[in-house]
Amino acid sequence: MTTSKTLIRGAKVLGGEPQDVLIDGETIAAVGSGLAADGATVVEADGKVLLPGLVDLHTHLREPGREDSETVLTGTRAAAVGGYTAVHAMANTFPVADTAGVVEQVWRLGRESGYCDVQPVGAVTVGLEGKKLAELGAMHDSAAGVRVFSDDGKCVDDAVIMRRALEYVKAFDGVIAQHAQEPRLTEGAQMNEGTVSAELGLRGWPAVAEESIIARDVLLAAHVGSRVHICHLSTAGSVELVRWAKSKGWQVTAEVTPHHLLLTDELVRSYNPVYKVNPPLRTEADVMALREALADGTIDCVATDHAPHPHEDKDCEWSAAAMGMIGLETALSVVQHTMVDTGLLDWAQVADRMSFRPAAIGRLDGHGRPIAAGEPANLTLVDPAYRGVVNPAGFASRSRNTPYQGLQLPGQVTATFLRGKATVMDGKLT
Amino acid sequence: MKRHLISAADLTRDDALLILDTAEEMARVANRPIKKLPTLRGRTVVNLFFEDSTRTRISFEAAAKRLSADVINFSAKGSSVSKGESLKDTALTLEAMGADAVVIRHHASGAPHRLATSGWINGSVVNAGDGTHEHPTQALLDAFTMRRHLAGAPDGGPTHHKGPGDGTGRDLAGRRITIVGDVLHSRVARSNVHLLNTLGAEVTLVAPPTLLPIGVETWPCEVSYDLDSVLAKSDAVMMLRVQNERMNAAFFPTEREYARRYGLDATRMAALPGHAIVMHPGPMNRGMEITAEVADSERCTAVEQVGNGVSVRMAVLYLLLGGNEPALSENRTEENK
Repeated sequence: MTTSKTLIRGAKVLGGEPQDVLIDGETIAAVGSGLAADGATVVEADGKVLLPGLVDLHTHLREPGREDSETVLTGTRAAAVGGYTAVHAMANTFPVADTAGVVEQVWRLGRESGYCDVQPVGAVTVGLEGKKLAELGAMHDSAAGVRVFSDDGKCVDDAVIMRRALEYVKAFDGVIAQHAQEPRLTEGAQMNEGTVSAELGLRGWPAVAEESIIARDVLLAAHVGSRVHICHLSTAGSVELVRWAKSKGWQVTAEVTPHHLLLTDELVRSYNPVYKVNPPLRTEADVMALREALADGTIDCVATDHAPHPHEDKDCEWSAAAMGMIGLETALSVVQHTMVDTGLLDWAQVADRMSFRPAAIGRLDGHGRPIAAGEPANLTLVDPAYRGVVNPAGFASRSRNTPYQGLQLPGQVTATFLRGKATVMDGKLT
Repeated sequence: MKRHLISAADLTRDDALLILDTAEEMARVANRPIKKLPTLRGRTVVNLFFEDSTRTRISFEAAAKRLSADVINFSAKGSSVSKGESLKDTALTLEAMGADAVVIRHHASGAPHRLATSGWINGSVVNAGDGTHEHPTQALLDAFTMRRHLAGAPDGGPTHHKGPGDGTGRDLAGRRITIVGDVLHSRVARSNVHLLNTLGAEVTLVAPPTLLPIGVETWPCEVSYDLDSVLAKSDAVMMLRVQNERMNAAFFPTEREYARRYGLDATRMAALPGHAIVMHPGPMNRGMEITAEVADSERCTAVEQVGNGVSVRMAVLYLLLGGNEPALSENRTEENK
C-alpha cells in the first residue's frame, strides 16, 4: 500500500456535482474539476458518491477476552469494508476496559491493525458493576485519550453514580454514553414487550424501561450541565424525550442502530436467535419514528452496535442465545435502503449522521472533517447503484451473526482511505 | 395436517376435528381388556423432557406404547444436558438413533419450533409444552373433554356433566369457555385460546391485570378482571395453576387475596349454569385457585382430562406418524389376533 498520490476522478462529493479529489500523502491536496493525474494512482469514480470516512460510536471489538468472536484486527478489517475510518471500541471486554492499561492496549492494537482508527471507550464503573466509578481521569490522560465512557451492555442505573459520572467528566470534556435499560423492568427480558411477545410467550422488554432511564438522565445532564449520549435509542417514546430535551437546549445526543431502522419484532416469530438483540427489535411504528428522528436531527447519528458472537451462541434455542448482531459491513447499505432510497436523507446528511456528528460527539480529532484541501484524507467511496444479496460467508468479521443474510440491499463501499492509504479498493480489503 | 405439532394456531378446524374424532376412536381402545394397537410398531418415539413433568411424560409414554411404538425417555436431569450439551447436539444424537417423532418439553419458549425448523432432525416434532408459549396437546385434550360434555347431545346443546357423550364430528360453536388465572405465564391458556377460537367457542380470560400479558387485547377472546361477573354465562370454567412464587414478584399481594378474588369455591361454583363443568390442567393447587370441595366435586373433570390426554396423544402420534392407514380396524387390534 503506497501513500503517495491518488486521484479520485469524477466522484459526487457528498452526493453533489462530480469533482476530482487529489490525495497527497495523508491529506487531501486539492478538490476541483479536471485535476491532472500527474503520476497519481487514478480511481475512476463515475456515478459514485464520496463521503468522509465513516465514524462508529458503538462497536464491540471483543478483544481482549473474546477473540473467538472478534479481534481488533478482524473488527477493524470489517470496519474498513463498511467504509469506516474510526470506531469506538466498547468497554465490555474481559478484562473490562476500566483502567488506563486496558484502554491503552486496545488503542495500541488498533494502531497496529492499520485498517481503521480505534478509539477505546472507557467503562463508567469498575467492572461495569455500577457501584464505583472507574478511574475516568486516568483513562482520559492515557495514550488512548478516552473521552467517551460507557457501561454499555449494562445500564448505569444508580442515579447517584450516574450524576457523579456526568459531573466528573466535565473536567475533560467527556461524555457518558448510557445504555438505557431499567434493570428491574427487564429481568429475564427476551424481546420487545407487546402483541408479539404476548403470543410467543417470551418475556417482554418494555419500552418504558428504556424511556424512564432516558427521562432521568436528560434531567440529570441538565441539572449538572454535562453531556449525555443515549446509546441505541429504540422506541418512539425515547425519540419524544430526546426531542423535548433538545428543545430545552440541554446537551443530549443520541444514536440509532441500522437494525432498529429496518427490522421489527415480527421477525422474532421465527424464534431464530439471529434476531435477538438488546435493546430488542421494536414495532413498525417505532421504526418509522426512528427514521423520522434521524432525518430531522433529533437522533444525531447512526451507530452500529456491531456485536459479534460465535456460531454456537446463536445456534440454539432463543432464550439460551446471546444478544447482539454484527453490523459494520452492512450499516451504510441499510442506511441507504431505509433513509436515502426513501428520500429521508440526502448523501450530505448521511455524511453528517455517519461521520461529522459521531466524530463531534466523541471529540475525535482528524475524523468527520469536510472534504476539502488540507484536511486528513479519511474518505469513503460508495457505489449507490450497486445491488447485492448479503452473504455473510464473505464477511471480514470473524463472526457471522447478521440478520440480513439473503436480503438484497443497495450500495457498496468500493474504496476506503485511512489518512490517504487505501484500506479497501474495488470493494476488497487491500 | 402438518408434519409437526408446535402450536395450536397451526391447526385448522378440519385438522382439529380430525384429531378429536380420531381420539374418540382411540378412547374405545382404552375400554378393551388389551389396550394396544399395532399401528406404530417399529417406530421410535422419543420423549425429550428438559423440564420435570411426570404427568405429561407418562401420558405421552402410555399413548406411544398403546400404539406399539418403541419409546425412549430422555430426561435432561442426570443426562449430558446437565453437563452443558446444547439442544442441537442432543437433537443430532436422537436423529442418529433414528427417532421418528420427538416429543419435547422445554423451559424455553420456541424450543420445539427451533427443533422442527433448524434442520437438526428429520422426524416429527410434538410440542409437549414450551416455556410460557404453548401446550397444544393439552388444549386438544381440553377441547376433547369439553366436546364430550358440551357438544355431545343430539340437538347440539349441552349435555349434563354426568353423562358425557361422544361429540364426534362436532365443534364447540357458541360454547362459552372461561379461563381463569395466571394467563401471563400459561402455555395452556395460549394454546386453548387458539384452539377454542378455531372450534368456534367464545373464550373469556379472567385474571388480575398483572397476570395478563401486555397485548392480550389483540387475542381472539374477551378479557375480564371480575370472575363473578362471568360465571353465570360460562359453559366451562378452566382454572389455571397459580404458582406461589408469583407472589414474590408482586403479581398479587397475598395468596389469600388471590384465592378470595380469583379462586373457585363452592359459592362461585353454585353460580355456574347447571350443565357447566369445572376444568383444571393439573397439578392443582388446592386452596389457591380451587378449593378442595370444588376439586373433588362431580363437576370437576380434572381426572377425566388426564384419561382423555392419552387418547388425544395417541391420535396426534398416529396422525403424524401413521400416514393414511385407518387408525382402527377390528382385525388388526391385538385382542383379535
